[in-house]
Amino acid sequence: MTAELTEVLDRIDRTRRARPRVREQRLTMAHGAGGKATQTLVEAVFLEAFDNPELNALDDAAALTAGGARLAFTTDSYVVKPLFFPGGDIGDLAVNGTVNDLAVAGARPRFLSAGFILEEGLPVADLTRIVASMGAAARAAGVSIVAGDTKVVPRGLADGCYITTAGVGVREHPRDFGVHLARPGDLVLVSGPIGDHGMTVLVARGDLDLEADLRSDTAALTGLVDDLLAAAGEGVRGMRDATRGGVATILNEIARAAGVTVVVDESAVPVRAGVRGAAELLGIDPLYVACEGRLVAVVAPEHAAAALAALHAHPLGDQAAVIGRIDPDPAELVLLRTRFGGTRIVDLLVGDPLPRIC
Amino acid sequence: MCLGIPGEVVELHADRPDLAQVDVSGVRRAINIGLLEPGEVGVGDWVLIHVGFALSKIDEAEAKAAMEFLESIGQAYADELAALQSSTIE
Amino acid sequence: MRFVDEFRNAEQARALAARIAARCEPGRHYKFMEVCGGHTHTIYQHGLEDYLPESVELVHGPGCPVCVIPMGRVDDAIAIARRPEVILTSFGDMMRVPGGDGSFLDAKAAGADIRMVYSPLDALKLARAHPDREVVFMAIGFETTAPSTAVTVRRAAAEGLANFSVFCNHVTIIPAIKAILDSPDQRLDGFLGPGHVSTVIGCEPYRFIAERYGKPLVVAGFEPLDILHSIDMLLAQLEQGRCEIENQYSRVVPWDGNLTALKTLADVLELRPFFEWRGLGFIAHSALKLTERYAAFDAERRFAVPGVRVADPKSCQCGEVLKGVLKPYECKVFGTACTPETPIGTCMVSPEGACAAYYNFGRFHRQRLLEVTAR
Repeated sequence: MTAELTEVLDRIDRTRRARPRVREQRLTMAHGAGGKATQTLVEAVFLEAFDNPELNALDDAAALTAGGARLAFTTDSYVVKPLFFPGGDIGDLAVNGTVNDLAVAGARPRFLSAGFILEEGLPVADLTRIVASMGAAARAAGVSIVAGDTKVVPRGLADGCYITTAGVGVREHPRDFGVHLARPGDLVLVSGPIGDHGMTVLVARGDLDLEADLRSDTAALTGLVDDLLAAAGEGVRGMRDATRGGVATILNEIARAAGVTVVVDESAVPVRAGVRGAAELLGIDPLYVACEGRLVAVVAPEHAAAALAALHAHPLGDQAAVIGRIDPDPAELVLLRTRFGGTRIVDLLVGDPLPRIC
Repeated sequence: MCLGIPGEVVELHADRPDLAQVDVSGVRRAINIGLLEPGEVGVGDWVLIHVGFALSKIDEAEAKAAMEFLESIGQAYADELAALQSSTIE
Repeated sequence: MRFVDEFRNAEQARALAARIAARCEPGRHYKFMEVCGGHTHTIYQHGLEDYLPESVELVHGPGCPVCVIPMGRVDDAIAIARRPEVILTSFGDMMRVPGGDGSFLDAKAAGADIRMVYSPLDALKLARAHPDREVVFMAIGFETTAPSTAVTVRRAAAEGLANFSVFCNHVTIIPAIKAILDSPDQRLDGFLGPGHVSTVIGCEPYRFIAERYGKPLVVAGFEPLDILHSIDMLLAQLEQGRCEIENQYSRVVPWDGNLTALKTLADVLELRPFFEWRGLGFIAHSALKLTERYAAFDAERRFAVPGVRVADPKSCQCGEVLKGVLKPYECKVFGTACTPETPIGTCMVSPEGACAAYYNFGRFHRQRLLEVTAR
């Protein structure tokens, strides 16, 4: 039986390494959920067509060198519903998200562009409020929004407002950061409780009739990254900003990019009571729920204490924790040591994190 | 086969006797209690929630007995381990 | 969380594991079936098998409502959903289940109005909000979920909500267990009984399992310690030569079940003469439909459905997996042609399906995995 099992596992391994292919005739919502379907779509459709080394690295921001300057460049679209939710709105989300993609690439965010797709009938007061919060978020993060575009589409086509931002940052550190540099023995840190944003939005949408004192964690991570790099820069291999797909997705990206195993201790992962309650009720795993102001960092073991202390000293990182470590093999796998003392795999999300009854 | 989660009744609705406000770790939702006996649950009772319905009232005495049993065997096991360790010191 | 965290204690798990190991006769192999998919999910989610000796094998049973829905019923639901006036509502679990021609998610992408709900009452709310549309609730689940559908139908009747109906796929657990017991290739030493179904039907209906088939059953809770405790209780019965129905989950399951729920059920739903189960075939008196009294809310009467039986793909061995005859990884297409992203069979779709649980959480050589985490 053992030999048979090994054979089956090898077969699965080969299948998982096969070239990705989109099998569906049409896109489904799963293609936008940040899990396996998204990954397949990106690799099979976009990388295939755009193919270049900067993009192929699939980092949060592309590391560029142009005219002697070391730059980071990124873009992201925001389609959150509702537009306003406890702790933030689509405006500060659109600024913070792009700022964070630059910051976790080890770059200082500088300039942003903003493209608006607006729905006919959107109250001007709502737009003013969204744009004001973008301005405030940009000032807080030390970036300027220097270019923009607006389009209005007929009623029913855009849920009020969609925003696309792009950002440029300067890579001031002489060396590159990236989670592909993770190596065995390194520790994995998360900067705070996970899943706050995703669960807040799910509850704020109102379909589930849940009430909870939850707030989105949307925030610019620039200051936190500054402090982390000042305290433990030498030891920081790479950082990722845990957004759609949650921390589980990031951990899988680390395992894949570096060809290592990430072993996570479930009891060490910070989750707020309200997020956990909603997750239990809906049958969702908080590891897959989106954050918008949390980073995951891979740090060399001898720098981990300094890194954790730097995170703890910052208001956005006061609940930071070491949640796991990097192991050499089996490659490209995330293992969870459960609170109960058992072990299981944490895979990429399949489909949307749908509430389940069973 | 069905996800059932314990929650605490925090409020009854006078005008809607089939509804109760139930709290799960700080998350609250109106839950239908129409599948329980009228008057069976009050504020402070715990119920098992499934797809928005309370399926049963949690029997706290039974829960306590189960927990005590688990604690007792946990303690017995810890004692035995300790005894084993002290006896094998050479 | 109360009544949750208390039953996830690793120390007590080690103590139970030691008791379980001590009860096992050397050289004997024990096979217990957890009937309920919720148990399967718990077992993998918490990595519970790490605590079991090799001689205790858990076999995953048919109690996964999504897994047992035959493809033809998914097609029927999609046929209803394609009607322009219809909003089809469903639990999230059903969204990715493949029918003969795609899943709800595919049908939604192609233009059908399919919405996810948390509770059947949410479907009713949609019906009130959209009087110009037909709101159909895709009802699935065992006796745990059926009473909620029954209450919802009664409410719709009381409110005179003429634009609401139910596409009823509720199934009952006892005939499925019986089918497993009658299956010639099955050698089980006992059952972990479905805890949440039992809150409704109680423990008496299982008596025949002990009396006629000579197998012990312990109704088990859903936290990992509940399951270990129940396994210990099963082994104790075998050790002492007993064969009984016992209730480990007494904090939630009253011995006689929930009489109010059973009465509501009997008023609104009645047994069908037979129903097809995916992988298990047609089973007599194993599913529910709306009674004559509530026939007006029966989507099968309101809308013409193809009602075509769609054979499972030849390569799919979900039936054998649901009966516990095959381990998920023993299926020919497991993890290659059939994966959670591109499922062929239902067992790979539902988070409670044995194949999905195994693939997502346990797709690994346990021995090897223990070495890694012990480092």
